Amino acid sequence: MQLDIQKLDARHGQLKAVKGVSFSLSKGEIVALVGANGAGKSTLLRTIAGAHKASGGSVLLNGSNLLLKTAFQRVGLGLALVPEGRKLFQDMTVEENLLLGGVSRRAGSWTLDKIFEGFPNLLKRRHARAGTLSGGEQQATAIGRALMSNPDVLMLDEISLGLSPVAVGLVYVAMEKLTALGTTIILVEQDLSRAMSFASRIICMLEGQIVLDAPSKSISRDDVTSAYFGKHRQAQVEKH
Amino acid sequence: MISGLIQAIMLGGYYAIIACGLSFMFSVMRIINLAHGSLAVLAAYLIFLLADRFGINPFLGLMIIIPVMAALGWLLQRYLLDKSARGGELLPVLTTFGLAIVLDNLMFQRFGANVRSLAPYIGDLSWDAVELPGGIFVGKLSVIILVSAIAIIGGLQLFLSKTMMGRSIRATSMDPDTAGVVGIDPKRASALAAAIAMATVAVAGMFLGMRATFEPYSGASQLLFAFEATVIGGIGSLWGTLIGGIVLAIAQTLGANIHPLGFLIGGHFMFLAVLFFRLMRSRSSILAWSKSRMSRAI
Repeated sequence: MQLDIQKLDARHGQLKAVKGVSFSLSKGEIVALVGANGAGKSTLLRTIAGAHKASGGSVLLNGSNLLLKTAFQRVGLGLALVPEGRKLFQDMTVEENLLLGGVSRRAGSWTLDKIFEGFPNLLKRRHARAGTLSGGEQQATAIGRALMSNPDVLMLDEISLGLSPVAVGLVYVAMEKLTALGTTIILVEQDLSRAMSFASRIICMLEGQIVLDAPSKSISRDDVTSAYFGKHRQAQVEKH
Repeated sequence: MISGLIQAIMLGGYYAIIACGLSFMFSVMRIINLAHGSLAVLAAYLIFLLADRFGINPFLGLMIIIPVMAALGWLLQRYLLDKSARGGELLPVLTTFGLAIVLDNLMFQRFGANVRSLAPYIGDLSWDAVELPGGIFVGKLSVIILVSAIAIIGGLQLFLSKTMMGRSIRATSMDPDTAGVVGIDPKRASALAAAIAMATVAVAGMFLGMRATFEPYSGASQLLFAFEATVIGGIGSLWGTLIGGIVLAIAQTLGANIHPLGFLIGGHFMFLAVLFFRLMRSRSSILAWSKSRMSRAI
């Protein structure tokens, strides 16, 4: 197991946003995390990355407990997050943003040149300030910045949010290249058909808990939507 | 008149050196360090001690005191300012205000009320002058100060834009949470920035002692000059502090020409005029913005 999460809890004040979430990933696995707004997907990713404090449980990456480490130490251990809303350093150039991604100096194959190879549309924007980029270019820069740390596990939060369909297509084309490298990926994606075709495994969250965890080949769209809206649970309630 | 203008530009160089550390700390850590002037006076006393007790030339003494002040900055950020910054924006202001009072009084207790200067330890540099074309004489020390100001600000700017450490500091100042997620240690970046700011304070303290005199309570007026230069030049802009320092010094010189007691008032007047202008401009831009919002709503 590369990433092993056991009974993870996280709160927003009184609200338990993530309740006893457990799952594990082996190397090279691609998981899509789906669920309605407020299901706890982003909080889960932010808690794994160290941007949000966990209130219980454990997260093991390659055997070391991440919850004992600060956010920046987790990057050094091989975890990278592309945060929701991209969170680029707006006043810095594309190149500077990418270089900052490599600040942890983890060994690996990703270099500035490789990123520009993977996202050719960024090359001509190399010295442009991140704040002046289009949404698609910003997303590509955010993914590139995360890749610069040569992560073993890459987490992507809502990468297609606010992008045109063409831009989303471009991002996914670049992501296909990534999967060939054997990087383990967790991504939050609202577009269910895209999630099911890109990922090998679907985890659906509802009110902070996992309600469905299955290989994407073995389940239908309807299985996921019923888990998404909690219909399965409603049926149980009606039976009683 | 031209001679006076040139002297003012030179004085502006000194203001820029003391202001750039204040501006740097504010732009990176969002901390208004009210102990800035007192720390400069502390550096001046430390260099004075080295010169007085051990006969060390102040320029050599500076090389010893820069690491001392940098270490002090690191510790201050790590154990005092970082903790107080978590309590909101006002708390660091109160903390550094308290620190200034503690420092001033400790220095008074230790060094007494005597006025000190580093001028006796730098030989003829304190009165030597160079002649510019047109028969204008400027003090050698003033030229050194202005050149140092340009070198320090240029060096800081290069460091911030060209090195990984500098980029990490800028990233932390923009968004500390995201900096952490990217792999930057935000606490280390802030502590390093404080160390750098205090290194510039050491330089400012030395020049304060060389070009004039100082006593334990000199910090407040140095802070005031630094603050005025920073605001005039635009908060957060390093080259702006050089322009702000020069504008402040010119205003002071003009004030002194109008009336013998006008030196400080001239500077304060310029500071208030710039502040008022900025406020009016931001007010009018807010008005324009709300008008456009309203017209869109209609």
